[in-house]
Amino acid sequence: MSWIEHLSPTQQFVLFSTLKVLCVIVVLLPTIAYSVMAERRVSAAIQDRVGPNRVGPFGLLQPLADGLKFILKEDFTPAHVRKVFFWIAPAVAMVPAFMTMAVIPFGSTLGAQKMVIADLNVGILYTFGIVSLGVYGIILAGYASNSKYPFLGAIRSTAQMISYEIAMGLSVIPVFLCVGDLNLGQVISYQSNHGWLVLYAPVSFVIFLVAAFAETNRLPFDLPECETELVAGYHTEYSSMKFALFFLGEYANMIAASAMMVTLFFGGWTLPFFGLDQPATGILGGFLHIGIFMGKMLMFMLLFIWVRWMLPRFRYDQLMDLGWRRFVPLGLVNIVATAIFLWMRA
Amino acid sequence: MIQDVLFYLFAFMTLLSAVLVVANPVSRNPVTSAMFLVLTILFMAGLFVQLHAFFLAAVQILVYAGAVIVLFLFVIMLLDLKEEQSRRIGKLGSVLGLVSVGVVFVLFNRALSGLPAKVPGATGQPSLEGLTAPLGHALFKQYLLPFEILSVLLLVAMVGVILLSKKDLR
Repeated sequence: MSWIEHLSPTQQFVLFSTLKVLCVIVVLLPTIAYSVMAERRVSAAIQDRVGPNRVGPFGLLQPLADGLKFILKEDFTPAHVRKVFFWIAPAVAMVPAFMTMAVIPFGSTLGAQKMVIADLNVGILYTFGIVSLGVYGIILAGYASNSKYPFLGAIRSTAQMISYEIAMGLSVIPVFLCVGDLNLGQVISYQSNHGWLVLYAPVSFVIFLVAAFAETNRLPFDLPECETELVAGYHTEYSSMKFALFFLGEYANMIAASAMMVTLFFGGWTLPFFGLDQPATGILGGFLHIGIFMGKMLMFMLLFIWVRWMLPRFRYDQLMDLGWRRFVPLGLVNIVATAIFLWMRA
Repeated sequence: MIQDVLFYLFAFMTLLSAVLVVANPVSRNPVTSAMFLVLTILFMAGLFVQLHAFFLAAVQILVYAGAVIVLFLFVIMLLDLKEEQSRRIGKLGSVLGLVSVGVVFVLFNRALSGLPAKVPGATGQPSLEGLTAPLGHALFKQYLLPFEILSVLLLVAMVGVILLSKKDLR
């Protein structure tokens, strides 16, 4: 491996960043595919059914079969759609979910490399900026479809996502009041020294969790697709791989939201015993930290899936009422209370 | 070298998409204009990143691309602007537009040429670079009064909009 030392720092940076991006995507794509499968198996277990278990051992090859089915289906474009937007929308829905993963520290170190793609000073603001772009995929899909149900779904999602973005933004401010830094790596090192932030800011965590459900359009807040009222909402007119991109985009968003919650409130890659809360020294420890992070993230994915099959859907006015009249004031009070607490302690 | 290439790329794309917002030769659709406005803002955020103003870049995307233009789209889609699609830019409009662009250009040129090439006492690195804390200190200590006045102004605008949109107001 001596040729690596001969490269200039810039070349090394480019090489390792490319490697990290590739690895994250290679791990992320199967995780998305298998979370769809997990959703179907868990829902089957909850409803006392069997679920998909025919393809491969325990049905483990089901995602492959699903993917093949999506590719082989006819990709039908209705005549009345606005073509350009109709083609762009699925990509616009998928890309932001992947881009948010760039600032998440998914492990401590492997060798000399920090296990985060971009160690930004404004980490959390970057995430919020990219997440807020995710709404364009849904709006464009609704507008491009040029028919009533997708349009209504798009209008609903616009209002819903903007409203809950405010609640989400307000909910994380106490976290950063405690930590004193926006960098997600700093957030994790604070947690390894002082304990998990969910203990310091439980109200923040509750608001963030509910807002995450609303932002990812999951039940009980899946008003943009809401099949009993809107057929299938914003993706009514889509078929084949374009529909699959929306569908997988939702799961990619869930993974991103889970990763954010693990990083902000549950200590990221750390565990408070066996000395696992300090950056790893060896390769094995590095992989262990990545494993811990993945494990915590999958627990949250399970929570997302579990809630979907437990709760009924909110009515639209209840949703807006909850966002604006409950969570926004609660978030503001939470900020002031945390600030006063920190000021008294100082 | 790469910095220069990126700067010219971002600057060119910002200008190109800004032109396509107001004068798109292919489509007169307001939604297309709004989407090009989003692109303009994204490329402008790229320019901010090159200046190491990460906070400004993130807030630019978060506030303008993520919220303001989404609301624009909301309004455009609900109003269904058929008239706007058939309207062309008139002669008077293009002349006035060119004149105002010229005036802005002259003003900027005058203001920038008045500056010394290097501000005395300034180091190579701007103090606001990247970090959010110095920006917060500047806003809440040095410029507290203007900042608070601006926020009151925004509040007034918000209350005004709510008043205007209520139809049956006593």
